[in-house]
Amino acid sequence: MALWSGGTDAISDEVRAAVASNFSVAMKALAVEFEKTTAHHVVLSFGSTGKHYAQIKNGAPFDVFLAADAARPALLENQGIANAGSRTTYARGKLVLWTSKPDVNDVQDILLNSQDVRHLALANPKLSPYGMAAQQAMVELNVWPKLQAKIVRGENIAQTFQFVHSGNAELGFVAYSQVVNPKRSVQGSFWMPPQSLYSPIDQQAVLLNDKQASKDFLKFLDGSLARQIIQNYGYDLP
Amino acid sequence: MILSQQDLTALFVTLKLASVSTLVLLIIGTPLAWWLSRSQWRFKYIIEAIIALPLILPPTVLGFYLLISLGPNGPIGGLVAMLDGAPLAFTFTGLVIGSVFYSMPFVVQPLQNAFTAVGQRPLEVAATLRASPLDRFFTIAVPMAKPGFMTASVLGFAHTLGEFGVVLMIGGNIPGSTQVASIAIYDHVEALEYGQAHWLAGSLLLFSFLLLIVVYGANRRYTVAQP
Repeated sequence: MALWSGGTDAISDEVRAAVASNFSVAMKALAVEFEKTTAHHVVLSFGSTGKHYAQIKNGAPFDVFLAADAARPALLENQGIANAGSRTTYARGKLVLWTSKPDVNDVQDILLNSQDVRHLALANPKLSPYGMAAQQAMVELNVWPKLQAKIVRGENIAQTFQFVHSGNAELGFVAYSQVVNPKRSVQGSFWMPPQSLYSPIDQQAVLLNDKQASKDFLKFLDGSLARQIIQNYGYDLP
Repeated sequence: MILSQQDLTALFVTLKLASVSTLVLLIIGTPLAWWLSRSQWRFKYIIEAIIALPLILPPTVLGFYLLISLGPNGPIGGLVAMLDGAPLAFTFTGLVIGSVFYSMPFVVQPLQNAFTAVGQRPLEVAATLRASPLDRFFTIAVPMAKPGFMTASVLGFAHTLGEFGVVLMIGGNIPGSTQVASIAIYDHVEALEYGQAHWLAGSLLLFSFLLLIVVYGANRRYTVAQP
């Protein structure tokens, strides 16, 4: 029964969603609620936004695309592959500087006085909006040039997290949603750079066809229940 | 120039990694394969199974375990720290260690087959002529197993060229040191730089194809011990 929205019908259908990896934990929680509140079923494919973009461009059978940034959905929209005007920001990512060592009082200080840091991990700024945000923050803090030699780059934010989690990198910029997670407890200490140090990490969703179920899904994402869940999982909302 | 400086560097790192790993694998793999081809030990199959594991395991599994082992709390990382060495993750040496595990079966198996095909007889004859065991190995077994060495070197080299998952997990994507061609291609695709991805991928494809042509062409000329 579609109690949460007046206009949709309750015919059950399938929604195939291509979802950015960084959103996977939150998405699974959202999918459970979506399937509870509608008769629809969601099939989730997690992956990097660059790969999903290439796949969708080449005809991959997805109904909705939840990207890690705003750029790739915009490209699809401009090319007429995604529905015009359907783009919405479903989550805004928060950057944290994280170390797997617990009880560190001042994580920012380790970054600023980095003599003892051998490796600083961040996601590849060319590929990941979180990596780009990390670069912007480090430039703002005037540590970008001097830390160049210590930087190791993960292909995505999950891999960057692994580098720090395994202790191979002492420090790394990861997503707040990875560190604060209702599903598991993560050890370590973090510092959250103020939003003023980097441009907002807007993650946008876009419709890829006119299926009613796809529209219901995006509508659900914008509803109060979904917004609450998204915030619980460490994201901001615009 | 169609390939950027960084792409060329990535190709160079790839070739260097494949060469060094193949060399290390031949040094480790030869005695190991020899032992496997001669040993009567009843639990030998356990060692064979361990060597064959990378054929089945996804490279990301291997890479994940390596990342943990190389870390400060892992066995290899702990040992290195005890000896005051620099940590191995995100270094070229770390990649060589990973590649040696990853390509091990591709070197050991052809060598083992080639040594087995040599058989006991030539070695026994040499022994009656008072050739020492080392002498017998180098003047009889190794020359007779030459096609095996050829296949082992090329497969080890080629398999390391195509390595991706392991490097992805323990490399850290550092240009000039751990950024190999496969990672650079992946980056280009992810960044929607499809033109550059094509050139680099095409170069790797052509090179790998030529390499295999040379080997299979050369292998036809041998008649002994086809693995």
